[in-house]
Amino acid sequence: MRWTWFHRLASPPYLYGLAARLTPWFAWPAALLILGGLYAGLVLAPPDYQQGEGFRIIYVHVPSAWMSLMVYVIMGVAAAVGLIWRMKVAHAVAASCAPIGASFTVAALVTGSLWGKPMWGTWWEWDPRLTSELILLFLYLGFMGLRAGFDDTQRADRAGALLAIVGLVNVPIIHYSVIWWNSLHQAPSVMRFGKPAMPPAMLTPLLVLLLGFTLFFAAVLLVRVRAEILQRERAARWIGETLRT
Amino acid sequence: MSSARMPAAAGAAINTAASFGQATPAAPALSAARLALARDLTLAFRKRGQLIQPLAFFALVTMLFPLAVSPELARLRAMAPGVLWVAALLASLLALEFLFRDDAYDGTLEQYALSGQSLTWLLFAKTVAHWLLTGLPLALMAPLAALSLGVAAAAVPGIVLVMLVGTVALSLIGAIGAALTLGMKRSGALLALLTLPLSLPVLIYGARATELAIAGNSYLAPLELLAALAVLAVTLAPLAAAAAVRISLE
Amino acid sequence: MNLRDSGAVPVNHLEAEDLQLWRGDRHVLKGVAFVLGRGECLQVTGTNGAGKTTLLRTLCGLMVPEAGRVLCEGRDVRKDLPAFHSSLMYLGHEAPLKADLTARENLHYWIGVRRSVPGSILDAALARVGASAWCERLVRTLSAGQKRRVALAGLALMFAPLWLLDEPTTNLDTEGQQVVGALMAEQLARGGAIVIATHQQLPAPVRAARILELAA
Repeated sequence: MRWTWFHRLASPPYLYGLAARLTPWFAWPAALLILGGLYAGLVLAPPDYQQGEGFRIIYVHVPSAWMSLMVYVIMGVAAAVGLIWRMKVAHAVAASCAPIGASFTVAALVTGSLWGKPMWGTWWEWDPRLTSELILLFLYLGFMGLRAGFDDTQRADRAGALLAIVGLVNVPIIHYSVIWWNSLHQAPSVMRFGKPAMPPAMLTPLLVLLLGFTLFFAAVLLVRVRAEILQRERAARWIGETLRT
Repeated sequence: MSSARMPAAAGAAINTAASFGQATPAAPALSAARLALARDLTLAFRKRGQLIQPLAFFALVTMLFPLAVSPELARLRAMAPGVLWVAALLASLLALEFLFRDDAYDGTLEQYALSGQSLTWLLFAKTVAHWLLTGLPLALMAPLAALSLGVAAAAVPGIVLVMLVGTVALSLIGAIGAALTLGMKRSGALLALLTLPLSLPVLIYGARATELAIAGNSYLAPLELLAALAVLAVTLAPLAAAAAVRISLE
Repeated sequence: MNLRDSGAVPVNHLEAEDLQLWRGDRHVLKGVAFVLGRGECLQVTGTNGAGKTTLLRTLCGLMVPEAGRVLCEGRDVRKDLPAFHSSLMYLGHEAPLKADLTARENLHYWIGVRRSVPGSILDAALARVGASAWCERLVRTLSAGQKRRVALAGLALMFAPLWLLDEPTTNLDTEGQQVVGALMAEQLARGGAIVIATHQQLPAPVRAARILELAA
């Protein structure tokens, strides 16, 4: 099996250049899709039968929540690659993912809270999805906190990577137990976080935004990875040469 | 075991094995683990005073609730499962810092990693010792705290059983966090930040089982889930802790 | 969990192949290479911070070099670390002793994890390093030199073909240094190998087969 592309990717200078070239290819489509999707969802789509105009916030909430989980998985996989094959750039990718994923999580929590207010009358409810998002936020904070606790980058990388893998294994366990917990204590008012039945006019903008958010994440990740590589390789010779040209 | 003579004078050699091909066989893994366990228990009993601390903390935290909420036993009984588990969680967090700290500091962990024995197995033995010194006493003390919160005495066996299983899982999960934060000064808050999210399932099932036990109902379902978590922790946590220790030794 | 009963393999040939290692931005090991045979002693010298300890830890397998390998009997040690570890004894700067145990108990636990050691042999080892008089005292009451002697007793107990010693003579008086010298000479005489990091002179009967100087 041809693994040469994989090993070439592991070279910081190569990834630095590749990331620079790829970024616009993700950034522009992302901008188009997000703007288009938002217009379609916020303006064009018909109001929901039950929830009126308020449901439109799912166009930001659902993609954010989806991304927050996807980024965690990518972070965990990158961390595992870095740990097993001792690839520095994989650790750089994992480190770059964390703040992005945490931001998506915060966005999901805030939009989830805004969505819930008209329905529940309160700014917060301990429903399983929001609770899981909150726990995910703590997993991100733990990862970033552990990395921040070490001066030695290599130790931070490897300890953080192990934590990310342990966290990834635990995410399904935690999610299942939160669902179980919530099912025991069904609140009498049945305003739950159900997804409204979605005709295509409502669903399409959502899918468009999901794709747009994914491309947006890729673009931001590439920018951050370049910054990480610069920071880590600051003493290396190729940096001086590349920046001079 | 190769022959060895008692030295007649200070200069005599300890062993006369001509070639290392006949070197003594390594201690089997089980006796190595048993020695690691025995060492930790012996050390803990030489510093008996420190053993009380997590228990005292547990009792103290339990006591905070009547003072902060209400002395009415009916209200306390309703809160009791949550109070017991939160207190147990915090107390075990407190004790976790000392699981690997001293050994990392004086080079014992390094010798374990270089012993040729399975580091996973040795760390499992250390965690078992830690549980015997903190989790087990905590589980045995829980009835006292429960009674002080107005729980009926009939619920005590159930509470102890659930706590025993739960604290096993907590000790093992905590070992991962303790191993990851080795060498860090003042890692208490970070240790909590790392360990608590991973311990949430234990908290959920344990508190629910305790709640059912207090109400006098069957607590088998959540207890089984809790036991499954404990088994998973026993299998996987020492591996993760060993990997974390090796990372800290690099 | 590995329940193997691994015996020590003789170390007839230890080789370091162009070891390169970075700690953060510092290039610590810059292509260290050597060959060590039976009955030979390698002395690693260099100023503080030159990487002596790092080299020893890399040889142990605790640290992983960015490039290069450590070979024992021609095989990369990373392929079977437990077997390699069974054949070596590493003594770092600090003696791995617990302050709340007696010297004798420390040895019992420390070495017992690796080999079954009957009490009589333990006592013999303690006598060898001149520790019999105070071996039943808690280690917290011992001086630095006495602790170092207890660590040496551990060395004497292990039938380890390869010794990796980091400044073993620190805190020792002349008599203690003679004990180190005698132990090392015996190790070499029975075909064992020693890698010793020290910027002091090697104790009397021992001569370094080769000297490796690390530059900071």
